[in-house]
Amino acid sequence: MPSGDIRRSRGRNYEAERQGCRPEGAPIEFGDYHPLKPIMVTDSKTRRGTRKGSTSSSSSSSSSSAPPDPLSSMLDGTDPLSMFAATSAGQPPAVPHSSSTGDLGRRRREKEEEAVGPDFEPWAMKRGEILARFTTTEKLSINLCMGSEKGKALGPGSSAVSEKVRTRLEELDDLEEGSQKELLNLSQQDYANRIEELNQSLKEAWASDQKVKALKIVIQCSKLLSDTAVIQFYPSKFVLITDILDTFGRLVYDRIWSMCSDPRPLPESFTVEDVNDTAKETCLNWFFKIASIRELLPRLYVEAAILKCNRFLSRTGIQETLPRLTAMIRGIGDPLVAAYARAYLCRVGVEVAPHLKDSLNRNFFDLLSAFRQIGGESVQNQLVVQRVEVPEYLTLYSPAINWILQCIAYRAPEVLLTEMMDRCKTMANNALLLNSIMRAFRPEFVAARATDFIGMIKDCDESGFPKHLLFGSLGRSLACADPPESERLTILNEAWKVITKVRSPQDYIGCAEVWVEFTCRHFTKREVNTVLADIIKHLTPDRAFEDAYAQLQSVIGRILTYFHDFSVLFSMERFLPFLDMFQKDSVRVEVCKSIMEVFIKHQLELTRDPVILNAMLHICKTMHDSVNALTLEDEKRSLALLIVGFLRTVSFGRDFEQQLSFCVEARAAFCNLEPVLVQLVHTVNTLAMETRRVMQGSHSRKTAAFVRACAAYSFITIPSLGSIFTRLHLYLLSGQVALANQCLSQSDAFLKAAVSLLPEVPHSISVEGKLRSSEGFLLDFINNFLATLLVVPDHPEHGVLYLVRGLLNMVQDYTWEENSDAKVRVYIGALPLLAAMSQEAFLYSIPKVDSNETLYGGDPKFLSEINKLSETLIGQILDHLKALARDEQSARRQSALAFSLFAVLLAHGDLRNNKLSQLAVNLWNLSHKQGLCDTRLSVRTLEHVKHQAQRPDMAHLAEAVQRLTLQTRT
Amino acid sequence: MSVSLDIKLKRANKVYHEGPIQLISSNIEVAKAGKVPGGKTEIPFEFPLLTKGNKVLYETYHGVFVNIQYSLRCDLKRSLLAKDLSRTCEFIVHSQPQKSKVVPTPVNFTITPDTLQNTREKSSLPKFLIRGHLDATNCVISQPLTGEVVVENSEVPIKSIELQLVRVETCGCAEGYARDATEIQNIQIAEGDVCHGLSIPIYMVFPRLFTCPTLETTNFKVEFEINIVIVLHDDHLITENFPLKLCRV
Repeated sequence: MPSGDIRRSRGRNYEAERQGCRPEGAPIEFGDYHPLKPIMVTDSKTRRGTRKGSTSSSSSSSSSSAPPDPLSSMLDGTDPLSMFAATSAGQPPAVPHSSSTGDLGRRRREKEEEAVGPDFEPWAMKRGEILARFTTTEKLSINLCMGSEKGKALGPGSSAVSEKVRTRLEELDDLEEGSQKELLNLSQQDYANRIEELNQSLKEAWASDQKVKALKIVIQCSKLLSDTAVIQFYPSKFVLITDILDTFGRLVYDRIWSMCSDPRPLPESFTVEDVNDTAKETCLNWFFKIASIRELLPRLYVEAAILKCNRFLSRTGIQETLPRLTAMIRGIGDPLVAAYARAYLCRVGVEVAPHLKDSLNRNFFDLLSAFRQIGGESVQNQLVVQRVEVPEYLTLYSPAINWILQCIAYRAPEVLLTEMMDRCKTMANNALLLNSIMRAFRPEFVAARATDFIGMIKDCDESGFPKHLLFGSLGRSLACADPPESERLTILNEAWKVITKVRSPQDYIGCAEVWVEFTCRHFTKREVNTVLADIIKHLTPDRAFEDAYAQLQSVIGRILTYFHDFSVLFSMERFLPFLDMFQKDSVRVEVCKSIMEVFIKHQLELTRDPVILNAMLHICKTMHDSVNALTLEDEKRSLALLIVGFLRTVSFGRDFEQQLSFCVEARAAFCNLEPVLVQLVHTVNTLAMETRRVMQGSHSRKTAAFVRACAAYSFITIPSLGSIFTRLHLYLLSGQVALANQCLSQSDAFLKAAVSLLPEVPHSISVEGKLRSSEGFLLDFINNFLATLLVVPDHPEHGVLYLVRGLLNMVQDYTWEENSDAKVRVYIGALPLLAAMSQEAFLYSIPKVDSNETLYGGDPKFLSEINKLSETLIGQILDHLKALARDEQSARRQSALAFSLFAVLLAHGDLRNNKLSQLAVNLWNLSHKQGLCDTRLSVRTLEHVKHQAQRPDMAHLAEAVQRLTLQTRT
Repeated sequence: MSVSLDIKLKRANKVYHEGPIQLISSNIEVAKAGKVPGGKTEIPFEFPLLTKGNKVLYETYHGVFVNIQYSLRCDLKRSLLAKDLSRTCEFIVHSQPQKSKVVPTPVNFTITPDTLQNTREKSSLPKFLIRGHLDATNCVISQPLTGEVVVENSEVPIKSIELQLVRVETCGCAEGYARDATEIQNIQIAEGDVCHGLSIPIYMVFPRLFTCPTLETTNFKVEFEINIVIVLHDDHLITENFPLKLCRV
């Protein structure tokens, strides 16, 4: 060994190498090709018969000219689930017409008759609403008397059917003779279940060819509709029972239709002539049977249910039947029962013959003339017995009247609507009617006459139908259509005058909630604030808000739709007090989350507005405080994400100290959510780097103190985190930041903390819910760490390479997994560091920080320390290599490790040194001994060495090359 | 091997009309003796409806004292060891429609406590005024009975208004004649305290098997009546009777 040069590592001229290695710049044509650009299909002709997969990619992306974000374009409605949701929401799926509809003429006729378009809100949409709204806690009963009507209802008609059916009927009657079933004390849910059971048994009876039994079920069910006990449940009962009637109507129609399917199915637009005699006779039999039902209500409902079947018998059947059934309803004494019967008739009518508008109007006028019965003795007595107030009773009519009016108003000329309004006036502005008109007519129509309507509402009789409901309905129209601008303020004032007088908090909030929309839409924060104040005033006494969370949430939702400027929003005095009404934890968090979501979406500018910060901190704190031991991980994650979103919008600009103290505050507030703390550490590190940038690298005394404060912040924040790798990475990162800011002792502390944390790293960690070995992560971290250590100057009070030794000691003591080469890999990885440290000029350095290169200035003592350390490491590695090679598995490992070490020596070692050169050759041979090496890699390496050997300062490699032999392929 | 036998009538509604010549019973052989092959064998048949002697072929009618029924019976005679098979099937006879035009003869009615007969204590009855009309008392059997009823006023609420179709059979015999009235259909046209002053439709379809054109022969009569029955809430029963004449056109 030449004494003058004690370096074992080859000397490097990093700058020259960099120049030599600079790749030739290959010009990239932008816009033409990019691997991440979505597939573009320019030729849109898709041949039939090509595979599905190949055509589907064209649909979503072919139209985009500029490459969009690939993730967002994935979500662009093309995913099948959202597509389903889009079609099913709002409109009923289009009923596929029979494929055999042949000529165009028929199609056209169908179109004309199809007077109900997708803009007609179908009954199916109302169902749920009614069921949810008209509920009861009282006990219900079902009274079914199967078979007791023998000889009356069915006797005469049934004889017309075949012998077979008659015997079956008799059997049935015997089976169920007088089987009067009375089910008492049913809860509402029980009741619904029972009705559903009946629906099922109807289908079963039908499927097992027991048509008579099916009819009996339907009759019994419709009879239940004449029972008005527990009257507040009546609308829901109507919904449940008419479901059964619908089923029945469909079954009968389909059955007769299928009787005509020979030789080919009837077209959708068939005429009477297409129907064969057997089908007609069966159909007629149904009508005869139904005509003989004794009781009025079942006779009416069941005939209405099979109204469509008239198509089999005559061209004019439906238009003759509808007026007759309409008149028949006059025989129903109970006005509520009659109103719903009308609603059902209109429902069936609109479905089967939407062009027949006359019966709709007739029904409505009959309904009007029966209104006086509501004040009559029979109704009033009933209400007294059932202890139901008139206003509540009147609201029971709403679904029925709304539906009838909706049918009438659908695509109706303005004239008709005006006429209806006038009729309403002549009925002394009957409130119930007025309400339905406002609900059923087009919002634009109502909005344009809003002032008129307000006048009518005012003129209404105070008793009876509650005015807040009227204003609620008006508000609902005004939420979707705008009244003339000049009238808006008057409308709001008039409406609120009434709303604020509503006593019952439930009634009040139901109405106020609707009007919030109108207020937000047309007015400023001042008006909205007033409204909020009013709501608080009404709902605070007796903690009434507890029963109104849904409505209060909807109020917040409406406000957030219109107010995206959070400085305006939070400057509403009553906004936060309004939030305070959400006292149930789950609801409060829900509300906070919805506010945060809107905030993150719309607050794109950084802010330091104290109003926003205070309010948002309050909201985030609320979310944070909801976290407890039982909170699910997902929930925590989403809360943390929202809070982080907020923290990222906060910026105090150049006021770094303020920013830091904000982070201190935030840390105190959000200490339970780890991702938030991580974000805070990052924020503070960024802050330190920002300070450095502003000071252009030279800190003043003041800024130096500030960046130390930042380091201190991170240093005390990191230990509270749970995830060990998060801690490790943050220590390293913060150490780097501290170093960059010339805070040497802080940097030392961070790195020392990281090193002393290493023994605690467990063997396996949970990654996305799966347990995985931590070894890979640990190796990555250590390599990253080693790279940083190059520029960390040694502490004057500790020995040379204090941190490197410390790290290697930890690695040595760490209990690695059995049969693992990880430790040796760390050692191999440490060699390049040591080589880099022995250079005269380091590869990289930190401005204004003196690294070891300056501290030691190439001191031979320092270099020999490095050599000693390297030798120890190489010794350890070689020991390990020796220990391997017992079996093929470890031989493979041995080969790979030997090659790694060879590569390191080649790249960093000074191979002019014979010992080292010999070692390298030996390692090469060792790695090739068993023939387990990657031949291509070997060939490439060899070529590289040859290439290197041509350089003048590397000529010594030429000799070594001779000794490196490739293994022969056997 | 199981064998079954069925009769299928050509007309789906099983309604046949009498032929010009009359006969009450007729036997025809629809198939000669021989072997029926396995599977389904359909044997077409037809014969004219002829009355026996000078008797009239009346319409199918199911009553209490009077029953007019027509049936087909098919016998399948088989060899000694196998049972004979037999099947009966009812068919319905409608008389030929009347040639003459039916005069509807509408009738108006007003019912008050004063118009009632058969009441013991007229004075104790609550006050009411019910008016209405039937569009026809001469009815075509295949058309519904129609009309209107209006409750102008009633002191006691109405519980129910019903239409009761009654058939009256009269049989002549040695001691004079037996008369029997049977309700054959009862239809409710109003339920509950109906709106006063609003006309309620009267509408009834005549049941197919239990009605026939009004029949008057030397031996028996089949006649029909309609009762409008008003039940008050205190269970007072008010009935107004209208004889009907049914015919087929």
